[in-house]
Amino acid sequence: MALQRFPIEAGHIMLFARAIGDANPAYYGAITGDEPVPAPLTFVQASAQFDPDYPLRPRIGEPWFGSGREATGRGAAPMPGDGGGGTGLHAEQHYTYHRPLRAGDVLTSSTVQGPGWEKQGRRGGRLVFSEMITEYRDAAGELVVTARTVGVRTEKIIGQGSDA
Amino acid sequence: MTTVREGDVREVVLTEEVTRTQLVQYSGASGDYNPLHSDERFATEVAGYPSVFAHGMLTMGMTGRVVTDWFGPEAVLSYGARFVSQVWPGDRLTATATVVGVGDDGTADLTISTTNQGGEIVLAATARVRLA
Repeated sequence: MALQRFPIEAGHIMLFARAIGDANPAYYGAITGDEPVPAPLTFVQASAQFDPDYPLRPRIGEPWFGSGREATGRGAAPMPGDGGGGTGLHAEQHYTYHRPLRAGDVLTSSTVQGPGWEKQGRRGGRLVFSEMITEYRDAAGELVVTARTVGVRTEKIIGQGSDA
Repeated sequence: MTTVREGDVREVVLTEEVTRTQLVQYSGASGDYNPLHSDERFATEVAGYPSVFAHGMLTMGMTGRVVTDWFGPEAVLSYGARFVSQVWPGDRLTATATVVGVGDDGTADLTISTTNQGGEIVLAATARVRLA
């Protein structure tokens, strides 16, 4: 995945801060007019909104696997890799901040596959881990945030112990 | 400048009760509309979970507050987390941050754990912050 344009917007930061239950006034510059408006620590995860091909968002006019008339949507495609059925889970997430990210920044991103490894899980059978490293750069090409995502695939549903 | 010493601890109640509405809010803000987090019927009947459950990234996002309330959003140099256990609607979440090291370079290292009402760790995190 590579993002052509991820604009950091004050209104989006406000919505994100509300969603994570963070009342820090710095995040509400969209209302108060105060600047700068810093991004919450995990805000770059919302870059999914700016990925035209993000699989966990319904696409206009296309089948969706969430419930409608039935518990899973009509003509639903197989569930995307990191969602549903308890096979693909998000194991770890790490961010390095090279400078503060603020409203007004316009980022691009590029992602490369990192190392992979396997281990035997206590409850989930064989666990296959893989790493993705995403670099977010500003309009000047300077590195702003590096994100490292560790995913794990399991052979059966895990009721507790990891997350999607 | 925030002055801290090794062993300093901060605890924040992140939420008294995780609600399904908050999961919907996070889906909308983050763009992760996986129905596992918002669609009870899908989560139970198709995916086989007892209910919808929180995005791990929601728990990580909520937990960040224990660091940013203490040091400010712009003092954080790194933040990483391991998703240990799922978070369900109804859970009460508390985050505890502990200073585990203070460097000569004006930085401090923290370990953070977020627990539910049963004392079970749901998220284990670390952060490095700039003190100056």
